[in-house]
Amino acid sequence: MTDQAYNFTYLDEQTKRMIRRAILKGIAIPGYQVPFASREMPMPYGWGTGGVQVSAACLVPEDVFKVIDQGADDTTNAVSIRKFFARTAGVATTEHTGEATIIQTRHRIPEEPLTEDQILVYQVPIPEPLRFLEPRETETRKMHALEEYGLMHVKLYEDIARHGHIATAYAYPVKVEGRYVMDPSPIPKFDNPKLDGSPAIQLFGAGREQRIYAIPPYTKVVSLDFEDHPFEASKADHPCDLCGAENSYLDEVIIDDAGSRMFVCSDTDFCNSRQALGHRGRLSPEDAA
Amino acid sequence: MNDDAQTPLLRVRNVTKTYGGRIGCADVSFDLWPGEVLGVVGESGSGKSTLLGVLAGQLVPDRGEVIFDTRADGPRDTITMSEPERRMLARTDWAFVHQNPRDGLRMNISAGGNVGERLMAVGARHYGNIRSAAADWLGRVEIDELRIDDRPQAFSGGMQQRLQIARNLVTGPRLVFMDEPTGGLDVSVQARLLDLLRGLVRDMGLSAIVVTHDLAVVRLLADRLMVMKSGRVVEAGLTDQVLDDPQHAYTQLLVSSVLQV
Amino acid sequence: MIEIENLSKSFMLHNQGGAVLEVLQGASLTVAPGECVALTGNSGAGKSTLMRMIYGNYLAQAGHIRVGGVDVASAEPREILTLRREVLGYVSQFLRVVPRVPTREVVAEPLLALGREKGEALARAEALLTRLNIPESLWSLSPTTFSGGEQQRVNIARGFVRDWPALLLDEPTASLDPTNREVVLSLIEEAKARGAAIIGIFHDTEARARVADREIDVSVFAPAAA
Repeated sequence: MTDQAYNFTYLDEQTKRMIRRAILKGIAIPGYQVPFASREMPMPYGWGTGGVQVSAACLVPEDVFKVIDQGADDTTNAVSIRKFFARTAGVATTEHTGEATIIQTRHRIPEEPLTEDQILVYQVPIPEPLRFLEPRETETRKMHALEEYGLMHVKLYEDIARHGHIATAYAYPVKVEGRYVMDPSPIPKFDNPKLDGSPAIQLFGAGREQRIYAIPPYTKVVSLDFEDHPFEASKADHPCDLCGAENSYLDEVIIDDAGSRMFVCSDTDFCNSRQALGHRGRLSPEDAA
Repeated sequence: MNDDAQTPLLRVRNVTKTYGGRIGCADVSFDLWPGEVLGVVGESGSGKSTLLGVLAGQLVPDRGEVIFDTRADGPRDTITMSEPERRMLARTDWAFVHQNPRDGLRMNISAGGNVGERLMAVGARHYGNIRSAAADWLGRVEIDELRIDDRPQAFSGGMQQRLQIARNLVTGPRLVFMDEPTGGLDVSVQARLLDLLRGLVRDMGLSAIVVTHDLAVVRLLADRLMVMKSGRVVEAGLTDQVLDDPQHAYTQLLVSSVLQV
Repeated sequence: MIEIENLSKSFMLHNQGGAVLEVLQGASLTVAPGECVALTGNSGAGKSTLMRMIYGNYLAQAGHIRVGGVDVASAEPREILTLRREVLGYVSQFLRVVPRVPTREVVAEPLLALGREKGEALARAEALLTRLNIPESLWSLSPTTFSGGEQQRVNIARGFVRDWPALLLDEPTASLDPTNREVVLSLIEEAKARGAAIIGIFHDTEARARVADREIDVSVFAPAAA
């Protein structure tokens, strides 16, 4: 039941129209950072205010909404955003990737392939991939405008010089549709290949930085690299200890004082679904069967 | 070699730049030929840095032409060309050596990354090749190759300046702008830098415009000299001729004011 | 090879009340290939001034200075630079070099400026340094630390390292011991023999008598007292 004290999805209609215009512009220019008038939201910056505003502008009453934080549906951030829209929009929520029409995410792309009927909304802390190399916003905007992206490779060069390989493991820069270099938000580089040619619409919202950008469906997204140090979508070299999945992104968990570890899927819905189908890992509880 | 058949690398005509009502530089015209080093001297406020900024595309003049002989399309006015073209020139055919290496280097990037940046900016995507080009250039500016992964913060002032030169010359530019390149360096370090610059200018056939207030620097580095005062060129000619037989009152004063050692 | 016609020179001293010093007026002379002309006259007569004007170091007020077809009095700076690189050599009394550059490279520089191969240029420089009795142990050091006589010989080596068609010599034998003086005089004779046009200033009268074909007293070019 919608809380009548709020407009649908909390934001007023004018604000949502403004955000939708920014989203449409972002979709029209894949990877380009569109400035928008980010609003104060009833949660602190860093908790996904950019993503929440994008979700608020996209949601319609028929939507089924899912939120993940580092792949999990049950963390504080995910639970509170899910509840926020359940209350202000009255939309249905789910933890199942396949059932959701809009998925807001922090730091992951779901393992289950997305479809044309879905929108993936990313929470972005720092939208500017060149920021750490060139602090001047006037200069980075010019570099985007003129496609001067040599500096991005300087960062990767520094990685190899220092670590012997490209050590950037998350927020790994990509080039979208052969034009704009984009920060995919702090997803692990393991997820980068899922950005490429995705049937779903991918929207990125940065609340504090007041930027929205987008990847339309079936867009070419290439991870930057060197000819002699090609991009690799790496992950921990283990199967999931709960569901036995070989190809999912894993979290490492310390399980006792002796430093014993287990590896589990970071995508909780993916892991639970597999376990429900009877897949088992090394440390699966015996009685679960 | 028939010099007359050549085109000037840079043809400057009536360049004027004012700041409000104040003159930065006024009606400056000259030709710079391939392989020539032009010194620009004058006291602080004489307009020499303004002129350099206009020539290097960093300042927009009120009027005038700066015609650069581009590789692809021959002579083009760099003031009216589009900004992307000008910026492309700035990172390929031009180089700018700042007085303070901090303005010309990325201090939080390794020496190798600093040298490699211009290569990557023009599309180099092979790490091994970029790194060996960087190592080669460190050697050419007399920086130990073993320091390729050190950041410039760890370098002395003279080394930083040499690194800045390597970073600029790695793409084989044809025109180098230098703003007080030896300013702020110890005298012994200055000499080493001058020697290095002279060798590079000769070996690479570079043309250069060197702005300085140090007459000893231009005597050793510049083929030709322009003397500026209050934004205008008061005298120009062969460097040794202008210094040894100055014609203008201001140049005579400037030359006679230098302490002899 | 060198033709001077009706040349005038004065210095305007702006910072000393606009005083004007007239130094030369109507100077004319010619030097043929293979000929050595000595400039004479008292100190202050304008010998060095005339020589510097030929080199383009001083500006002429009027007249012509034709060296190998280029009129130095009216040429563009880059024409003079080309002339100096390709035609006209100058041995001055002073050595002006970047500190730290090794002697052998100082001497080889005129050849390097012409684009000669480095090894060949250095070999030629070393041969001349040997001939002028500069010990090999000094070749890798900068000449800025050398004695006056050694610097003078480095200067001479630099002046003779290539076969200039025209050559200006300002006191080439000053401060040299008899052995090295002899070497320098034979270098001049060899240059003449291969056809160089030479103008020299020699205080050393014996040396002058030996190498000069003609003497020109510069004081005849002094302006009539006003």
